[in-house]
Amino acid sequence: MSPSLGDYLFVSGLLFAIGLAGVLLRRNILIIFMCLELMLNAANLSLVAFSRYNLTDLGLPNFNAQVFVFFIITVAAAEVAVGLAIIVALYRARRTTHVEDLNRMKF
Amino acid sequence: MLLALFWIFAALMLVFGLGVVFFRSPVSSAMSLVMSFVALSALFVTLNAYFIGVIQVLVYAGAVMVLFLFIIMLLDLRAEERRAWNLAAVAGGAAVVLGFVGLLFRVLQSSPIYKMGRAEIWNTHLNDVRQVGFTLFSKFNLPFQIVGVLLLVATIGVVILSRKELK
Repeated sequence: MSPSLGDYLFVSGLLFAIGLAGVLLRRNILIIFMCLELMLNAANLSLVAFSRYNLTDLGLPNFNAQVFVFFIITVAAAEVAVGLAIIVALYRARRTTHVEDLNRMKF
Repeated sequence: MLLALFWIFAALMLVFGLGVVFFRSPVSSAMSLVMSFVALSALFVTLNAYFIGVIQVLVYAGAVMVLFLFIIMLLDLRAEERRAWNLAAVAGGAAVVLGFVGLLFRVLQSSPIYKMGRAEIWNTHLNDVRQVGFTLFSKFNLPFQIVGVLLLVATIGVVILSRKELK
């Protein structure tokens, strides 16, 4: 007995919802950044699930989705590096990582 | 057996994901995120995506989270832990998230792919590292090179951003 595609999609949707909750609820910019990673990983899980449940004629998973996940991981790594550099620069300028203290552009 | 493993690792992943959101200390959040990524890579293994599972542990649980921990160590975040929750923001955020989960559940329940089972992989002599590499270098050769340029740009950007004085 193996889990159905819907089980994987549901778990991945729940992980996405947890990431969304973190982005909406937490006020520390580092935690918000971690929750963004959580949401990206939820997307990866659903892509890999689609790849496994959509076998090709050769009896293999559809590897296009796995290559797509590979690209997402690469771009996410670059994003983390740049984002953390921006956060460090922000901390140097303002001495805070709390998003409610960063209200210079607020109307 | 597979079903039990799937639910165990899914539950682990979601519990540690909740830990990321609800721990007060950023270090606990980061360690919780590492555990969540490890459980997620176990889920990739249950989907026969061994290469992606290994990459997940190496890149995310290894490199990316070490970067996060270094930044947490560099910044002094002790004052951030004492802040109280803003009640209006918490209520609004919870409403949005619960609405999203409810909608997701209804859409998945009514969709025809919900009960879709999996066929066995019978072509077992072609392993997935080889197949991912083959797809990457034949079908997606140009995007692969563009991603290489993107990584170079990110590296240079980070070096420029983290110089002492931005001019």
